Amino acid sequence: MKRRDFLKTATATAAVSLLPAPAIRTAWSQSRQETLLFLTESGPNNFDIHGVGTNRPGYEVSWNCYDRLMSYGSKTLPDGTLSYDRDKLVPELAEEWTAGDMSATFKLRKDAKFHDGTPITAKDVKWSFDRAVTVGGFPTFQMKAGSLEKPEQFVAVDDHTFRVDFLRKDKLTMPDLAVIVPAVYNSELIKKNATEKDPWGLEYTKVNTAGGGAYKVTRSQAGTEVVYERFEEWKSGPLPKIKRVIWRMVPSAGNRRALIERGDADISFDLPSKDFAELKAAGKVNVTSTPIGNGIWYLGMNVKKAPFDNVKVRQAVAYILPYQKIMDAVMFGLAKPMYGAASNSASAPVWPQPHGYKPEIEKAKALLAEAGMANGFETTLSFDLGLGVIGEPVSVLIQESLASIGIKATINKIPGANWRGELVKKELPMIVNFFSGWLDYPEYFFFWAYHGQNAVFNTMSYQDAAMDALIDGARKAAAEGDAAAYETDVKGFIDKAFAEVPRVPLFQPYLNVAMQKTITGYQYWFHRQLDYRTLVKG
Amino acid sequence: MLMMVLKRLATTIPSLIGVVIVTFLLTRALPGDPAAYFAGAAATPQAVEEVRKQLGLDQPLPLQFVRYVGDLAQGDLGTSLTTGQRVSADIAARLPASAELTLLGLLFSLSIAVPLGVFAALKPGSLIDHACRVIATAGVSLPVFFTGLILVYVFYYLLGWAPAPLGRLDIFFSAPPTVTGFYLIDSLLAGDGEVFWAALKQLVLPVLTLGIFSIAPIARITRASMLAVLSSEFVRTARASGLAPSTVVITYALRNALLPVVTTLGMVFSFLLGANVLVEKVFAWPGIGSYAVEALIASDFAPVQGFVLTMAVLYVALNLMIDILYRVIDPRVRIEA
Repeated sequence: MKRRDFLKTATATAAVSLLPAPAIRTAWSQSRQETLLFLTESGPNNFDIHGVGTNRPGYEVSWNCYDRLMSYGSKTLPDGTLSYDRDKLVPELAEEWTAGDMSATFKLRKDAKFHDGTPITAKDVKWSFDRAVTVGGFPTFQMKAGSLEKPEQFVAVDDHTFRVDFLRKDKLTMPDLAVIVPAVYNSELIKKNATEKDPWGLEYTKVNTAGGGAYKVTRSQAGTEVVYERFEEWKSGPLPKIKRVIWRMVPSAGNRRALIERGDADISFDLPSKDFAELKAAGKVNVTSTPIGNGIWYLGMNVKKAPFDNVKVRQAVAYILPYQKIMDAVMFGLAKPMYGAASNSASAPVWPQPHGYKPEIEKAKALLAEAGMANGFETTLSFDLGLGVIGEPVSVLIQESLASIGIKATINKIPGANWRGELVKKELPMIVNFFSGWLDYPEYFFFWAYHGQNAVFNTMSYQDAAMDALIDGARKAAAEGDAAAYETDVKGFIDKAFAEVPRVPLFQPYLNVAMQKTITGYQYWFHRQLDYRTLVKG
Repeated sequence: MLMMVLKRLATTIPSLIGVVIVTFLLTRALPGDPAAYFAGAAATPQAVEEVRKQLGLDQPLPLQFVRYVGDLAQGDLGTSLTTGQRVSADIAARLPASAELTLLGLLFSLSIAVPLGVFAALKPGSLIDHACRVIATAGVSLPVFFTGLILVYVFYYLLGWAPAPLGRLDIFFSAPPTVTGFYLIDSLLAGDGEVFWAALKQLVLPVLTLGIFSIAPIARITRASMLAVLSSEFVRTARASGLAPSTVVITYALRNALLPVVTTLGMVFSFLLGANVLVEKVFAWPGIGSYAVEALIASDFAPVQGFVLTMAVLYVALNLMIDILYRVIDPRVRIEA
């Protein structure tokens, strides 16, 4: 064949193949109505929260594709937005339950099925909980936070009755059964796909959803999209309105904004504050922001390292931080200030609450002089580049303020991959960081962040016997329902944390969401991911 | 000819071995700790150690290397921790996306740059020569993410002509059955015109972005090489013999001027393929560049090694192809290692 002939034939073929263009378009507008398209920056690396290193977007898949025995109820916040209600547990897979002193018994729904049609029984629940406390890593850890530690604690009484035996009295046991980790897995299906090396089938659930939740993943491409279909036979709640959910990852923040403003996307989740403020001003889409429960951006000082082992130095730093500037220039006002209280003594047993430090340069200088550092000193200030949108400007502002009392801080940017490793080492003298606890209780936050057990989140290596006694006391008082002792202990550890300031709370950030005006039913969750079940379009 | 190709291939083996060793060592030398990263939010030091064990990172380096090479020999590139997939599957899914984009971008810039360079060489100092210089300078000095964002802003956000910058297909289309991985070709093979148009529409802006960036080197090299050829004696002879100007320029001059252009083309192609991360980020394109960068940020060794290795193999293949192309263009060239 000559070249010219080839070109002719090729063009002809191309032209012919373009002709059959069926009129699918009409069908689209309909499916568009039942389809939700939402955008985030990055996607899941694992569909199973029990997996090794599952990231936050992965939690979202787990949440929507698996059921738990119980879930949290919902409440309307003062600003009219919906939020989960930490104080109200509602039935999900379990129709009802009775919680005694040392055990809880759950009655499962008799009509509930997994996505493949197998009925859900107590055996599956037992297998799933055994899995959570055995596989190690994050799931096992999270179970432990509610004193759920051993497989023997979980008993399948009969097909539809399940019992959890408590190891000790712990106020957090029941709430911990409604977080993402204790999800119910299709044990038979996973066992079929498990291998000798991988007895819990983690490789299988990494890319397959083997649950009975309201949605199932039907298509996905890592880093690009996840497509869900509604599970039509879902019985653990009212059938969701959205039939199909398409989750697209759009790395560029500018494009995410363009897509929502042009009306091509329904929801843009977790927006930067700047975009949020501007979208709100433009008024084309609905924007919602909710304070992240039990979450605080803070400046941490390593109390094991000189000069921060001196409480006066730490207080001096707390008296010079540019709190208001950070709120205005970095957060565009979209955060709850964690400063500006009348004093450093807690007004109520709640957390987070503001402290009494404010920029007072004379006080800061005096404190530094008392510590024998009148001429200041040199140190480094580190932040996680993965959260650089907030971390970087905050660090720069802090650097500037510290310089005014002679503290020369060099900014140290640490890539996201290294951040956790550096935190574990506890070598960094001064960091800007964010921490939030899933369970929204003061003692839970303090247990991770201030307790002498020195968890990774106690980034300051703060260890103090009196502090531990207060935290343990509050946990005990909570479990026993002793309100008076609880209030004294909680106020006590907050006061102590403010007086000794190993970490200075800066602000409580918001979770920002933009959606089309046709979308309703958005609800804030403690896990800070999107729940598709309550959403309604049109 | 075949012998020569084989011989040529044999010489690339040492460099590939070198690439395998160097990437292995380099990824290990990265400061990040994948175990700490993937141990997740509430990791204790013990949890981190557990993950390290699961990932096989507690083994001494030589042992890790032996295992890596062993897997490699079986065609196993390992598993990516960031996407949770086999690296080979990830690369197979993403390479065609990048290749389709890059090839079209190159085609676009060739169709502009070569004529531009030729005309500029024919009339040095003329308006078109200056235009060539301005376009080349502007194109190369605008960073691709900037061009990309501007194009999205104007053609999608303001005018609404372009489709949403959401990757390779509008969300309500599904990808054609995979044959080559190139959506344009696959959709034609499947006889699905709608998908072909949808894929083409998605391609326009990213292709323009990449194309504008690569006009400069190609146009400049075409111009320079044409200038040299046009002033050579055989062209003067051809002109003196009264051949038509088009025959002189296209048949004689351009063909002789093409060698350096092809060389540049090969370099620009391999450069673009790996370096169009920014374009991929702007257009949410599921390409190989953004894949590698994300893996690098997470200290995810397997994909980084897989990416570098794939790129090295591609580079070798590309160079070989260019060498063969040399011979087609200029029979005097001999392929020797």
